[in-house]
Amino acid sequence: MTRLSLGRVLRLSLLSLGALIFLAPYLFMISTAGKAQSEIFSSSLALIPEQWSYVENFTKALSRVSMPTLLWNGVVVCALIFIVQVVVAIPCAYAMAKLKFRAARLMMVLVMLGLLVPIHATALPLYVAFDRLSVLNSYMALVAPFSISVFAIFLFLQFFRALPDDLIHAARLDGMSETGIVARVVVPNAWPAITAFAIFSVVAHWNDLFWPLVVVTNQEYATPPLGLLYFRAAEAGDDYGALMAATLIITLPLVAAFLIAQKRFVEGITMTGLKG
Amino acid sequence: MASVTIDRPIALADWREGRVAWLLATPAIVLLFLFILLPTLAVIVLGFTDFELGYGGFRFVGFANYAELIGDRTFRRSLWNTAVYTAVVTPVSIALALAIALLIEAETRAKAFFRTVYFLPVASLLVAMATVWQFLFHPTIGPINTFLASFGIAGPNWLGASGTVLYGLAIIGIWQSVGFNMVLFLAGLTAIPRELYAAAEVDGARSWLDRFRLVTWPMLGPTTLFVTTISIINSVKVFETVKTLTEGGPNKASEVLLFTIYQEGFVYLRVGYASAMTVVFLAILVVLMFLQYRIVDRKVHYA
Repeated sequence: MTRLSLGRVLRLSLLSLGALIFLAPYLFMISTAGKAQSEIFSSSLALIPEQWSYVENFTKALSRVSMPTLLWNGVVVCALIFIVQVVVAIPCAYAMAKLKFRAARLMMVLVMLGLLVPIHATALPLYVAFDRLSVLNSYMALVAPFSISVFAIFLFLQFFRALPDDLIHAARLDGMSETGIVARVVVPNAWPAITAFAIFSVVAHWNDLFWPLVVVTNQEYATPPLGLLYFRAAEAGDDYGALMAATLIITLPLVAAFLIAQKRFVEGITMTGLKG
Repeated sequence: MASVTIDRPIALADWREGRVAWLLATPAIVLLFLFILLPTLAVIVLGFTDFELGYGGFRFVGFANYAELIGDRTFRRSLWNTAVYTAVVTPVSIALALAIALLIEAETRAKAFFRTVYFLPVASLLVAMATVWQFLFHPTIGPINTFLASFGIAGPNWLGASGTVLYGLAIIGIWQSVGFNMVLFLAGLTAIPRELYAAAEVDGARSWLDRFRLVTWPMLGPTTLFVTTISIINSVKVFETVKTLTEGGPNKASEVLLFTIYQEGFVYLRVGYASAMTVVFLAILVVLMFLQYRIVDRKVHYA
């Protein structure tokens, strides 16, 4: 049954060739992170280093910029953003979807408007305000503008509308308060939407360079992309070995998370991909 | 209180429910005003001022900023470059993503493997991978030019020459966005009912191309439209690779909209002028969204 027809051979070769091209940057990253400077400059295409210099390059990468601090900042910022977004968006989406809420229509208009406005558009006034309040260079500054995610409200709203009303009526008859219903009935039923949003949110904010670049000038609060920028600046020459080692360290956490939970990742991106 | 409950229990219950709804929505409403609506209004207002950070006051200058924008060569260059970048990245990444999705969908065994490989760039830190691409693109020691040299081709100075820098950045942009588009196309493909293909075959659609033309392409309409809009918007927002690799150079050949706004607003601190640029940027996004809604209304109703 799995006879290799000509069509299938052609298909597999095309896919494999494409895969090779897509993976090439990773292969060269891993390979170059282990090469000595002289070998890199000999510009050979060999992937396996002649002389293994992984230890040297990684030592250099770790000594220039504090990688643990960067990764820790990334984790703290992404976690804070995600938690606040969910805590703020879920009750609001619930009120709009399931309660007699007269402002629901108006809220929907605001949400749709909000979806149009990226951080790049609001960055200037927010920067001026944060500067006046002297809160630049802090986790607060990194997190606050993203505390409200209209996209989260939008996504949860779609999801909550599909929840059966009987479920909520039953909980009310049991004497549960509305906040109790949100916490103990709605949230447990909304896990697929919450996971999907978690992946969307973490990928977006782990990768974001624009806002951290605007509000952070102090290395202590640098997130991974910003830290890598500092590392590049400090690395004036073409020390690609150390540079690749640094990129490897910084890329690894999210890539590892993706490889472990790839099914969820793809589902999450598909579900949240409907943003627009 | 008790008598009210007896007289009009339903009205009271409604009133209570409305009050709870307001309470639940209040944090979101407050934050929405504080971090989205107010700043957006502020950016529009600031666009009419000569506000510069570090100077005390500011004056309203009417449309002076916009008049300056029209004559600003850097800004015009930046608009043009963004348009070129978008015009390259969007069609190529959509076509590639669709082709890959079709190939993967037809495959039985290695589906998950290929999906993972092509999606990997989406889950990778762009600033980091851009650095890797910079090495790949290196004019003398980079693997791409070394590879080309083995065929006797002298590769260009990809990111270092004003003629090729935008295309170099576009290659990175395509590489990074194909997986995202592919995943959306895969979802669109699985949603097509199998019976349609059987029906098309009965109607004489024998070849693969016929089936694609008659079933797959029209059924993917909404997905394609959506993927197109999101790709255009993401291309217009290109910033990370430019900031990391080229800083708009060489010779402003890679100045793009967000980078120019960033430079004016956050490096030269000319907030008023940069706000006017931001308003232009926002207007572009609004027009794109509006076009999408219009097309959705008109075209994609056959499903």
